[in-house]
Amino acid sequence: MRNLDPVRTHEDSVLDLQGVAVHLGGRAVLHGIDLSLRPGEFVGVIGPNGAGKTTLLKIILGLLRPDEGTVQVAGRDVRAARSLVGYVPQSFAPDPDLPLRARDLVALGLDGARWGFSLGGARRRAKVEEALSWVDALHYADQPVGRLSGGELQRLLVAQALISDPRIVLLDEPLANLDLRSQGDVVALVGRVAHVRGVTVVLVTHDMNPLLSVMDRILYLARGQAALGTVDEVVRGDVLTQLYGHHVDVVRVHGRILVVGGADAESLTCGTCDG
Amino acid sequence: MGLWQTLFPSGLFTASFMQNAWLAGTAVAALSALVGFFVVLRGATFVAHAVPRASFAGAAGAVLAGGDTVLGLAIFSALSALGMAALGTRRDQGQTTALVLMAALGLGSLFLALGGAYAPEVYALLFGQIVGIGRMDVYAILGLLLLALAATALLYRPLLWSSVAPDVAEAKGVPRRRMEILFLLLVALAATAAVPIVGALLSFSLMVGPAAAAAYFGRSPGQALGIAVLIGILSIWLSLVFAYDTGLPVGFFVAAVTAVFYGLGRLWAHLWQIERGRGQVPV
Amino acid sequence: MLGFIESLLAAPTVAPALLIGSLVAVTSGVVGVFVVLRGQSFAGHALGDIGTTGAAAAYLGGLPALYGFVGVGVLGGLAIEGLGERARERDVATGIVLSLMLGVGALLLYFMTQRTNATGGPVAILFGSIFTVDPSIMLPVALFSLLALLLLAFLYRPLVFASVSPQAAQAKGVPLQGVGLLFMLALAIAVEESALVAGALLSTALLIGPAASAVRWTRQIGAAAALSALLGLLAVSVGIALAYQSYFWPPGHRGWPVSFFIVLLVLTEYLLARLLPARAARRVLPRREEAA
Repeated sequence: MRNLDPVRTHEDSVLDLQGVAVHLGGRAVLHGIDLSLRPGEFVGVIGPNGAGKTTLLKIILGLLRPDEGTVQVAGRDVRAARSLVGYVPQSFAPDPDLPLRARDLVALGLDGARWGFSLGGARRRAKVEEALSWVDALHYADQPVGRLSGGELQRLLVAQALISDPRIVLLDEPLANLDLRSQGDVVALVGRVAHVRGVTVVLVTHDMNPLLSVMDRILYLARGQAALGTVDEVVRGDVLTQLYGHHVDVVRVHGRILVVGGADAESLTCGTCDG
Repeated sequence: MGLWQTLFPSGLFTASFMQNAWLAGTAVAALSALVGFFVVLRGATFVAHAVPRASFAGAAGAVLAGGDTVLGLAIFSALSALGMAALGTRRDQGQTTALVLMAALGLGSLFLALGGAYAPEVYALLFGQIVGIGRMDVYAILGLLLLALAATALLYRPLLWSSVAPDVAEAKGVPRRRMEILFLLLVALAATAAVPIVGALLSFSLMVGPAAAAAYFGRSPGQALGIAVLIGILSIWLSLVFAYDTGLPVGFFVAAVTAVFYGLGRLWAHLWQIERGRGQVPV
Repeated sequence: MLGFIESLLAAPTVAPALLIGSLVAVTSGVVGVFVVLRGQSFAGHALGDIGTTGAAAAYLGGLPALYGFVGVGVLGGLAIEGLGERARERDVATGIVLSLMLGVGALLLYFMTQRTNATGGPVAILFGSIFTVDPSIMLPVALFSLLALLLLAFLYRPLVFASVSPQAAQAKGVPLQGVGLLFMLALAIAVEESALVAGALLSTALLIGPAASAVRWTRQIGAAAALSALLGLLAVSVGIALAYQSYFWPPGHRGWPVSFFIVLLVLTEYLLARLLPARAARRVLPRREEAA
């Protein structure tokens, strides 16, 4: 593991991974992962297919126990801190006739895991309205979710994740299946909300380019290892060559960054392709 | 007055067996629609068909063993629900549902063959028997309805979340598998109540039809659930009247009336979509 | 052992049952692989029940049951295919079509019992018996099997493509709807003929069971189809032999139902496939890297 940021375990650190390793079917999916994220920071997680991005998310969500190492959210074990982690899933494609309005979906994020009917009344309604306003979704609050566009749905999922006041939000490939303009909108929205509300954002994506303007740091995963730092620190030929284990070039064209690998170019350029 | 007399002949409401039928039918319809709401939300129609059907084998087994048929129904519907949960994986729920159903029916055919040629009470369970309901059956069904109401009230939010957005729900502490098992047990509960009344073949009409129609009429989950229960109760009432008038099996009318409501729902959604498409601003 | 097989084949009902059972097992096994691949188990099962209603109608109308089964089955299949586009919508639509057809079936069976005053007719239609097959339907059943298999052979490549990755197939110009409809036609024919000769129960068991086992052991679709047909054949022939043998068993020497044995064997095969995963099976069976 090459960590360009000195390992810190601050009091104010939101997410701490120490020596995390995961083995699945005899293969090390992740190993030697140490990282520490600050409040309100926007971190993009990039890496080729099979680099361990999904596994990392599962660990932070407490759905998967690492074989080695510790995971702490705001100084507590992940499983005790579930309410502090918001989650936006990779795919959500409701049927057109699903009897669920935008506000119902967002409300589930508030108290969907509790038993019984909700008895919140006015306070609950106000909270839902507020969350809808954060993502500028008030004007379609009463539309059935099955009839919304991909970008509109994505904003609702962000509101659903934020409504429980988490310290950290994980977004799994939120830009896949979106057109370029919606990608930009979602990234700007997430960046703004994270900044204003002091929520740490961990956004997994295939393509780092839409994130370049908002991302504070990048977590580059390859072969189960990680490099964490600013884009200029991490996305460099020498750093990535060491991470991938063979020669890699970083090319900057028209403000876009392309990662070009020598040996298996196809899987490497996927680190930059548009999902 | 002639039409009125034909539609509502004397005895429809006053005969004691019909009074039992009204009570039990209404309770079963409400219970089935309640569970059916989640069936339709989860796209689990096959399960709703298979569990009551599989429970039929339990009744055949009970006859063979000299036990109570309703107990046999309850045991087999619960066992088949748990079997589907145990064997099922996310990808191939249909296959495992089919195979568990086959296992139950295979046993059922064995029980029937070993039990002798003719068992009228078993065949009654295939198509239901609305006129044979006693007062004790009514109380039993009302008890099951209360149980299902309590369970649904308790499970409502997590089950709803796990049904519409399983990934997020799981990440936020609603385990997908546990919800699946609880859902299947709810279906087993509804099946146990419904099979003696509407039969093993058609009790799923009451689960699927009203809830599927309500999904088109209702916009929020609460609305859809309420409308499903209303349509379910209305369907059984209409079916009881028609069956009493014509002397034909009530199951046929249940299937036909719920299918008509479903057709109306689709038509409604279609018209609404055209209406909305006209005024819609592209996003 | 040989003596048992000789006496088995000499029994007048056994040889035709074996012949027609094999025919049905092979057709269902091959079609079933695609059913499993496309996730259409519910439709496959529903068609068996739907055809039963057709058979009851044919019986009341004085027509041969085969035409009732196939005619109504094909109509039902087209309705299922036409009413649902998305997975959940298709699931509910299948349920509604099935529910309606079962309701009509209940009505027709009621008329049958009124007329004949016996439950024999409904029971035969619901549970079927491969031992009482009328030899004259052997030829039409064989022709329908051939038709279903030819249809599959014609569809094979676009069907595999559309089943495995529908979006890519559509982009390459595969008409998804047309392929779906034609496959539904083949499915309806296969299911209805087996529902006719073996009952609705066995038609589902032979369609889903062997195929679900086969795809756990090999990913190569052609190999899976062959294996599935083989597993179906095995279940049917051993099941028939056991049912024949069971006339000597307690209680009462009336014989145990053949459907029970066949289902038991199909399920045993499936549980073996679950317990002995592909890694163990790969030593025995060929498995090419991600065919399709």
